Amino acid sequence: MTSALAVQRPIRARLTTTIVGFGMLVIGACVLAPLVGSTRINLIRAFDRTIPFSNNVDAQIFFVARLPRVLAGVVVGAALASAGAVMQALFRNPLATPETLGVSAGAALGAILAITLGSPLAFGPFSPVPLASLAGALAAIAIVYMLASAPRRVLSTAILLLAGVTLNAFISAVILFVQYMADFTQSYRAIRWLIGDLDVGAYMPIVATIPFLIIAFAIFATLASSLNLLSLGADVAATRGIDVANAQRLAFVSASLATSAAVSLAGPIAFVGIIVPHLVRLMVGVDHRIVLPASAMFGASFLVGCDLVARTVIAPIELPVGIITAVVGGPFFLWLLVRRG
Amino acid sequence: MAARATRLIAYIVFAFGLAMSLAARVQGLALPSRIVSLVPALTEMLYAIGAGPQVIAVSSYDDYPPEVRKLPRVGALLDPDTERILAMRPDLVLLYGSQESLIGQFQRAGIGAFSYRHGDLSHIIATVRRLGEVTGHVPEATRVSGEIEQHLDEIRRRVAGRVRPRTLVVFGRERLTLRNLYASGGRGFIHDMLGVAGGADVFAEVDRESVQVSTETLLARAPDAIVELHVGAMPSVEQQRKEKNVWLQLESIPAVRNGRVYLLYGDHLVVPGPRVARATEEIARVLHPGAFK
Repeated sequence: MTSALAVQRPIRARLTTTIVGFGMLVIGACVLAPLVGSTRINLIRAFDRTIPFSNNVDAQIFFVARLPRVLAGVVVGAALASAGAVMQALFRNPLATPETLGVSAGAALGAILAITLGSPLAFGPFSPVPLASLAGALAAIAIVYMLASAPRRVLSTAILLLAGVTLNAFISAVILFVQYMADFTQSYRAIRWLIGDLDVGAYMPIVATIPFLIIAFAIFATLASSLNLLSLGADVAATRGIDVANAQRLAFVSASLATSAAVSLAGPIAFVGIIVPHLVRLMVGVDHRIVLPASAMFGASFLVGCDLVARTVIAPIELPVGIITAVVGGPFFLWLLVRRG
Repeated sequence: MAARATRLIAYIVFAFGLAMSLAARVQGLALPSRIVSLVPALTEMLYAIGAGPQVIAVSSYDDYPPEVRKLPRVGALLDPDTERILAMRPDLVLLYGSQESLIGQFQRAGIGAFSYRHGDLSHIIATVRRLGEVTGHVPEATRVSGEIEQHLDEIRRRVAGRVRPRTLVVFGRERLTLRNLYASGGRGFIHDMLGVAGGADVFAEVDRESVQVSTETLLARAPDAIVELHVGAMPSVEQQRKEKNVWLQLESIPAVRNGRVYLLYGDHLVVPGPRVARATEEIARVLHPGAFK
C-alpha cells in the first residue's frame, strides 16, 4: 500500500523518507545495543571521567567490549546487505548473495590456512587471520574476474555465475581437505570461524575495513540507476545507453570488495546478504536508488539487533550471531512473503 | 552294558566340552600382544606402564613418547583407516567412545575394543589402572597411577593455605587477538588441574568443559590470573611478548594490570595422560611461585 503510493512520489522525497526512517532505526539500534549485554553495567560509572579508565570495568565493558561489537555489526550488516542487493540486480536472480561468486569461500580458505598453519603474519591493523582471509577473498575476486572477462566482450553474467559456483565448490573442497589434515583443535577453531562473529574487541580491525567500504559504497552510489536498468536485462540496459560491460564489472568488483571487508572482519555471517535486500524491497519497492541505501541501513540495524539477541539470550554463553540471523530472519521473511502474497 | 557305555560317552562329551570352553575362556583372557591405539592420551599411558612393546600402530596425532613416531599411523578420531587396522590383525584396539560404529565393526571381527572418553582428573588415574588390567601390567599401572596421585598430592600440599587467585585458563584463541577465545569451564581435567594447582576457576559454575568467552565476559569476570595453555613448541621470546601484550587492551582485568598473565607451552598441557601431574605443577608454579622455592 505504501509502496503503491510511493511510486507516484518524486524520488527525492522518497529517498528522504527512506533515509530518515531507516536512519532512525540504525540510530535506535546503536544507542540501545551497547546498553544491554550479558553483564549488568553501571552507565553513570561507565561515563565517569574521574575514574581512571584502566580501573573502570564498566567503562571498559562499554567502550572495549560492546561499542566495537555494535560498530562491527553496523559495518558488516551494511556491507553484506547492500552487496547482496547489488548481486541480485547484477544476476537478475533473487537467490544471488554476496557469497555467490566465491568471495567468502576464498576468505574462508585464507582464514583456515592461517589457523591451521599458525601463520604469525600480521600487517598494520590486521591480525593474522583477518589478513589471510582478506588476501583469500581478493584472490578469489581476481580469479573469477579473469575467468569471466574475456577481452573485448560483455561480461557474461551466466559465465560469471558458473565460474563463481565452480570456484565455491572447488574452494570448499580444498577447505575440507585442509580441515581433514588439521589437528582436532584447529579444525574446531576453523569451524567456529566459519560461523562468524562480531566480538572484535578493538576499534582497529573495524577501521581497517573502512577504506574498502568507502570505495565500494561510492561505486554503489554511482551504480543505482544502471542497476535499475540492468535488472530489466542487459539488452534493455544497452538500448537505454548504459555501458553494460562497465556497469557489470563495477557492480561485481564493488560488491565483492564490500563482502571481502565484511568477511575478513567477522567471518561469513550467513543470511544477511540474501534476506535483507528482499525485506527492504517488500518495504520500499524495487528502485535501487532507494533499495541500496535502505538495504545498507536495514542490514546494519538487523545485524546489530541479531547480535544483541545472540549475546543475551543464554548469557553468559554467547551464541554465534550467524545462528540468530537465520533463526530470526527466516520466519520474519516468510511472514512478509505470505502477507504480501 | 549299553547304559554304562552311554554314560561314559556322555562324560567324555561333557569333559571335552568343559575343556573346550575353558580353553576359549583362557584364550579370551590371553593378554593382547598387538595393540592399536587411536587416542594419544591412551598411547602415552601404555608406554608409561610398560605396554609399549605391545603397541603396533597409533593415531595420526600421536607423537609422544618419541618411540611412537616410528610406528605406522592409522588415522584418528574422524578418519580411522579401518581396513588397514584390520589387516594388521590387532587383538586390542583403543578408541574414543564416540567411534561407536567402529567399535561395533571390531567386535564383529572378534577384536577387543577398549573405549574411552575424556573425563576429570580421577578418570585419568582410573584409566591408567584399567589399561594395566587389560594389558597385563597391573603392578606398573598401580605404580604409575600412584606416582601421579602422589605428585598431585605434593602440589596440593605446597599450595595449601595460600590465597587461591580467581583464574582464567585459556586453551585456544586466534593469534595476536583475543577473538574466538576458549577457556576451561567448571568440568573436565583442566578444571581439576587448576583446582589442584591452587587456582579458583572463574568459570567454576559453568557446567561445561569449555566456554567460548567474549570480550565482555572476560572484563566482567575480571580474573586475578590468566594461564594460557598453548599446544606446540615454544615460540621466540619476541613472539611470546607480542601474544602477551594482546591482553593490554583489557587493562581493567586485575590479571592484566598486575602482570599475572602466563603463557605456557607444550602438548602435555592439554593431553589427559600420565604427564598430567607435570602440567599441573607448571600451572601451580606460575600461580604460586613462592610455594616452590
